[in-house]
Amino acid sequence: MDLINASITEIADAVKLKKTSAKEVTTQFMKRAESLNPKLNAYTSLNSNALKEAEAIDARIAKGEDIGAMAGVPFGIKEMFCTKGIVTNAGSKILQNFVPPYDATVVARLKKAGIVITGKLNQDEFAMGSSNETSFYGVTKNPWNLECVPGGSSGGSAAAQAARLCAGTLGTDTGGSIRQPASFCGIVGVKPTYGRVSRYGIIAYASSLDQAGPMVSSVKDAALTLEVISGHDEMDSTTSQRKVPAYSKDLTANVKGMKIGLIREYMQGGLHPDVQKTVDQAISALKSQGAEFVEVSVPMTEFAVPVYYLVAASEASSNLARYDGVKYGYRAEFPNLSAVDLEEFYGKTRGEGFGKEVKRRIMLGTYCLSSGYYDAYYNKAGQVRRMIMNQYREAFQKCDVILSPVTTSPAFKIGERVSDPLTMYLNDIFTTSTNLAGLPGMSVPFGMSADGLPIGVQLTGAHFDEQRMLNVGYALEGASSVKGKAPSV
Amino acid sequence: MYRGYEAVIGIEIHVQLNTASKIFCADGTQFNAGDNENTSPVSVGMPGTLPVINKRAVEFAIKTGLALGCNIRKKSIFARKNYFYPDLPKGYQISQYDQPICENGTITFKVGDQTKTVKIVRAHLEEDAGKSSHLGDFTMINYNRAGIPLLEVVTGPDMHTPQEAAEYGRTIRQIVRYLGVCDGNLEEGSMRCDCNVSVRKVGDPKLGTRTELKNINSFRFVEKAIEYEIERQIDVVERGEKVVQETRLWDPDKNKTFTMRSKEEAQDYRYFPDPDLLPLVVSDELISKMKAELPELPIARKNRFVSAHGLPEHDAEVLTSEKDLADFYEETAKVSKNFKSSANWIMTEVIRELNDSKLEIAASPIKPAQLGQLIALIDKGTISGKIAKTVFSEMWKTGKEPEAIIKEKGLVQVSDPAVIEKIVDEILAANAQQVAGYKSGKTNLFGFFVGAIMKASKGQANPELVNQILQKKLNG
Repeated sequence: MDLINASITEIADAVKLKKTSAKEVTTQFMKRAESLNPKLNAYTSLNSNALKEAEAIDARIAKGEDIGAMAGVPFGIKEMFCTKGIVTNAGSKILQNFVPPYDATVVARLKKAGIVITGKLNQDEFAMGSSNETSFYGVTKNPWNLECVPGGSSGGSAAAQAARLCAGTLGTDTGGSIRQPASFCGIVGVKPTYGRVSRYGIIAYASSLDQAGPMVSSVKDAALTLEVISGHDEMDSTTSQRKVPAYSKDLTANVKGMKIGLIREYMQGGLHPDVQKTVDQAISALKSQGAEFVEVSVPMTEFAVPVYYLVAASEASSNLARYDGVKYGYRAEFPNLSAVDLEEFYGKTRGEGFGKEVKRRIMLGTYCLSSGYYDAYYNKAGQVRRMIMNQYREAFQKCDVILSPVTTSPAFKIGERVSDPLTMYLNDIFTTSTNLAGLPGMSVPFGMSADGLPIGVQLTGAHFDEQRMLNVGYALEGASSVKGKAPSV
Repeated sequence: MYRGYEAVIGIEIHVQLNTASKIFCADGTQFNAGDNENTSPVSVGMPGTLPVINKRAVEFAIKTGLALGCNIRKKSIFARKNYFYPDLPKGYQISQYDQPICENGTITFKVGDQTKTVKIVRAHLEEDAGKSSHLGDFTMINYNRAGIPLLEVVTGPDMHTPQEAAEYGRTIRQIVRYLGVCDGNLEEGSMRCDCNVSVRKVGDPKLGTRTELKNINSFRFVEKAIEYEIERQIDVVERGEKVVQETRLWDPDKNKTFTMRSKEEAQDYRYFPDPDLLPLVVSDELISKMKAELPELPIARKNRFVSAHGLPEHDAEVLTSEKDLADFYEETAKVSKNFKSSANWIMTEVIRELNDSKLEIAASPIKPAQLGQLIALIDKGTISGKIAKTVFSEMWKTGKEPEAIIKEKGLVQVSDPAVIEKIVDEILAANAQQVAGYKSGKTNLFGFFVGAIMKASKGQANPELVNQILQKKLNG
């Protein structure tokens, strides 16, 4: 059995039926990760206990215990998730030695389902970035072209998954951080409805936008992973009490009669021709399967990027205040600590601990929330955000799922946009409004650029309507010419 | 009025709600826990942790709000108050800002003979920070307090004298203790008091510049600190200088206030709604339930004791000062069926013994029902008031029932006229000289005979009968 290219279900079934062992699967993936990671820098650390954990699962299977749906599946976890006993640094220097005493709820749920953690995956510092270039631990390379970025902020997850350095990964998405890297690396990435998945134990970037989601090789794997991690968590009062559907069981590629929306404001050109071509092909593929396309309008998405940056930076400025060197994490060195005043202590610690992009957003957010500016910025952004939400709600009266590009272009070159943060921010133009409205979204690989880089198509669902979105994704995947295509690293 | 000036005072009191767990997580709240024992990843603000509201804290806030006549907001918002300090684990305090849970109440209390009404602008829920202790150049932090639920009760600028301010504080303390939402222990920080004080020329409609007196830990000090501050501000104004808006602290040893920080250093807290907490929605049902659970409040209870029990105003006030004391009185009276006598016994004997042994009323070795029985036994004539005091001491020492003590010690009052008459005769016979004196007009010797008779009967003779029989024998 080709374990490396097997799906999550295939691996779990093989382990449960003792056709292979968790240890064998883990060994193979860990070996691959060890040998290829130096090239990609997708992992920030590998889990030294992975084999032991795999053996423990085998032992439980030997005893006849019922292991969950992901028995022995090697899983990589983005640095943004707290993992008990494993360094969790959020891509930042300020948390370089932080070992959480607890697991994020989603990690705990995956563990309960039987995964083995392969290691922690690189990301933009505190998820602030669209290219994985802001990580304190170095840039992650795109496995399709080592000169290109893997996308951000979950670039480590996307690259590791695309190169099969694990069988599944978790990412987080605040303004597109699952979907954009998934598109750049040719994998499936799902950002669930806000409140579908617990945020407990996920290092906060922008609390009202952050959601965790699967970044995996297929729509089916995404549906299964989402099923495992979703649901109410009493540690996160923003999670929904709604029942979690059996996404993987109910997955169907039948889109006949389904109404798929195209956002008028997104169809005004300016796309990279390869992206345009991919979107057009996706539309015809779904049409040929009986889906109907309708035009919808979400005029306020014009303001999505600025609104996103105001909201995200404001919340981030507050969320990141706890990294002060007092209780945990990085503390600047002071030769004579007793002579240091508090301001100097904070200033030096935070000055050295945070990178440039993080500082930029903290400053921006602090400014937006400060007295005299709050109404003009944060408050106004909130009003526009509600309008975007309402416009989407109206749009979903006319269609079941919305189809759009994920990004304006395929993966760009490392270093190409670093000096131009505004262009970098505009990269998020198609993804941010989904987060502002709290809607589920996903990226499904569908095309390939002339340069051999993958291109994804974005699907957006109505609130808590992940199932229909996944179904359309499943149909797209079935029609995709790039299905099963993997980079050679 | 002070030298032609009027003081304007507003008060903020932080009431620590005595819930078993913290406001946003399950950590314990005991006062005497070891350093950082009452902490978890949530209360020390570890990365990734999230707050979840404690339902009990919300209920306590609603109860207090209702007792202060406030409107309870059906939908209130938790906001983040951002500032840096080592004992603030998250770099922000979760509090309520523009939409607090309780608003627009009033509270009425007495200051001397005057009745005073103060507006309660708002009462909002928030979490406490940790505690810093400074040791030489270093600071140590204990996060046990971090996340303790507080209700901050804010008045309008409605008070004008230090006495009013102190009495306001005592009233709030009395109410929260009645409600059982706070133990009111200022020394342990269960209540913390900040006073805003300004002065203006009498008749001037414009408010003067205020200073804030922070963290005063007794209401006596509140009075003293405000007194000092008023005089200080008037001096400043009289000298032609301007009062500086600042935060000041009270030094109880030096009897003065001093600058803590000035307005120039004031923070911009950058309040915004906490995205980790949904709006706090309370149902009509919950509000009604809390309303139904409200105990009778001190003023209402005092008035009832006056009107329905016929107690003097002063007695009613003393007895209602603490809920436990008022309960003790009512339970005693229920058994004794004698309001005034119950009040007297509690206000003299019981309170004296409690003070001597430094006990709270709840820890009294004599239970109210027992005291009620004792009083009933006096009224029935089983024992005299004097014997009752002996029985009371014995009850206090042993916790035994009054009847058991009376039986054991043979203290039953003698009300048999024949027995008493015999003693009277004996005493009169033994004191022929005094009898002669009495008959010649020295009527004040009557008391001498009573004393002798009581002594001879070991205090057990029914004093009324003694009086009657003696009268008859001497005058008849």
